[in-house]
Amino acid sequence: MAVPSAAIQPRSSIFSRILSRWSESRNALGFGFMLPAAALLLVFLTYPLGLGVWLGFTDARIGRPGIFIGIENYEYLWSDAVFWLSVFNTLLYTISASILKFALGLWLALLLNQNLPFKSFFRAIVLLPWVVPTVLSAIAFWWIYDSQFSILSWALMEMGLIDHRINFLGDPENARASVIAANVWRGIPFVAITLLAGLQTIPQSLYEAATLDGASRWQLFRYVTLPLLTPIIAITMTFSVLFTFTDFQLIYVLTRGGPVNATHLMATLSFQRGISGGQLGEGAAIAVAMIPFLLAAILFSYFGLQRRKWQQGGGD
Amino acid sequence: MAAIETNNRPNTDEGGMGYLQSLPRRVVTVYLPLLIFVIVLLFPFYWMTITAVKPNLEMTDYANFNPFWVVHPTLEHIRYLLFDTSYPGWLLNTIIISTAATFLSLLAAVFAAYAIERLRFSGARQVGLAIFLAYLVPPSILFIPLSVMVFNLGLYDTPFALILTYPTFLIPFCTWLLMGYFRSIPFELEECALIDGASRWQILTKIVLPLSVPGLISAGIFAFTLSWNEFIYALTFIQSSENKTVPVGVLTELVRSDVYEWGALMAGALIGSLPVVVLYSFFVEHYVSSMTGAVKE
Repeated sequence: MAVPSAAIQPRSSIFSRILSRWSESRNALGFGFMLPAAALLLVFLTYPLGLGVWLGFTDARIGRPGIFIGIENYEYLWSDAVFWLSVFNTLLYTISASILKFALGLWLALLLNQNLPFKSFFRAIVLLPWVVPTVLSAIAFWWIYDSQFSILSWALMEMGLIDHRINFLGDPENARASVIAANVWRGIPFVAITLLAGLQTIPQSLYEAATLDGASRWQLFRYVTLPLLTPIIAITMTFSVLFTFTDFQLIYVLTRGGPVNATHLMATLSFQRGISGGQLGEGAAIAVAMIPFLLAAILFSYFGLQRRKWQQGGGD
Repeated sequence: MAAIETNNRPNTDEGGMGYLQSLPRRVVTVYLPLLIFVIVLLFPFYWMTITAVKPNLEMTDYANFNPFWVVHPTLEHIRYLLFDTSYPGWLLNTIIISTAATFLSLLAAVFAAYAIERLRFSGARQVGLAIFLAYLVPPSILFIPLSVMVFNLGLYDTPFALILTYPTFLIPFCTWLLMGYFRSIPFELEECALIDGASRWQILTKIVLPLSVPGLISAGIFAFTLSWNEFIYALTFIQSSENKTVPVGVLTELVRSDVYEWGALMAGALIGSLPVVVLYSFFVEHYVSSMTGAVKE
């Protein structure tokens, strides 16, 4: 697709000739067009990523550039019980919240895929928890989980199901369950709406054919819906796992890692040590320690589900 | 029973095989679970709203007042929030920062997406993949090194710290979205323009951009929402009260050590959520029209 116009019209000055040659070259033009995005991303994303890894090997504090101390930070973290607790919490939080989000989100998507009155109204409503700022909805949950005036405790007591208030955020086990519940509440819409988009691409004729062959409702789901939905499930859950694993806001609002570090995630611990505590090097080391887990999660959910896709005869 | 229902239905394919289910079965398997989902998903918002207009007396006295309702609604919390705190300033900061970051990111993303998708310079595929990978880098990993950078650049505690760092997650997202959109614009239109002697710049501004207005609006709304909701950078890079954004301000300034102003907190959360909810309700309408009104060849 060469551009003939510039060649036909003779240009007088050298400058405009260079300019016209540049605008014909894909690579030069592509370079120019990529420049703003590339510059911003290289300076504020790639460089900090490298800087973070470097900081992990230093003893930098706020207001004092660090010196190289090798793997001392990691050695310290290796023997730090709180760090390992935060790793355990992060894994527990990610795995249980992701499973719940997936199950409930898929269920909600299947419900919304039915022929419903006020379809678009329901879809708009379902998206709300995902749209509003997490911090602000987390504040609402904070009030719902209040130790004294929790509406949940009150409602359950009125119904006669419990005889004393639940200490939602004060007790380690309860606090873990509470933050997971809040995270699931926020995550369901994203999973449900993306899976719904996937469900709508499945042709009705497949279900009709399977029904004629005598498939039960479960078999319809298991052998028609699920295999065709697998690619989009893989992508959705990869994102969901990624965002759950690196979650910070919800914990910071609800518990700040307490009680007795029972809900500290790696991200909140990194913030507490790095920014609040001023130990930039150690905080950066915790953040860097998240990277292998993230890569593993991405590879697992992506390739694990991709393989199932072609095993079951899905496209390409 | 199913057969009777079939006869009453208009002859459309819309419901698929839904007519095979009887009404009682549909109530139990569809409407009831859906109702529970909607109640659970909406309850925090209801609770937020009702608390925001509840007098303090009713808020803590569950014995005499049913907590699910409000007897004497009051605007006291909202008045306090708007006139006795820095809330309006945070709102303004958030609007300025989100708008600037969105604009900057969209500008960069349009060029990048066009270059990757249509100029197809050598290495375009790899750059596209790199952009996607950039989207997977979470802010939780970047905030410590970025805070060091922001401090060294002298941007600490200024809006520019956020305007320049938000594009790190907005550009990959917008570029990816716009790449998909540009792909849907037929090549033939650009080829016609090239034959007519248009430059690449003219093609981009006169043909591609006008056709991708719906895509630009979706990308813009998404980017605006993402920057409105951002928390960890705003918490780390901003210190003084008057420079804070809404999420950070509500959490750090309205929560005093001993007394929780629940009414004001809920009002702050509610008002802070409204702009994105309103934008989004526009978007839902818009999304449908952009799907149906796609470019015809």
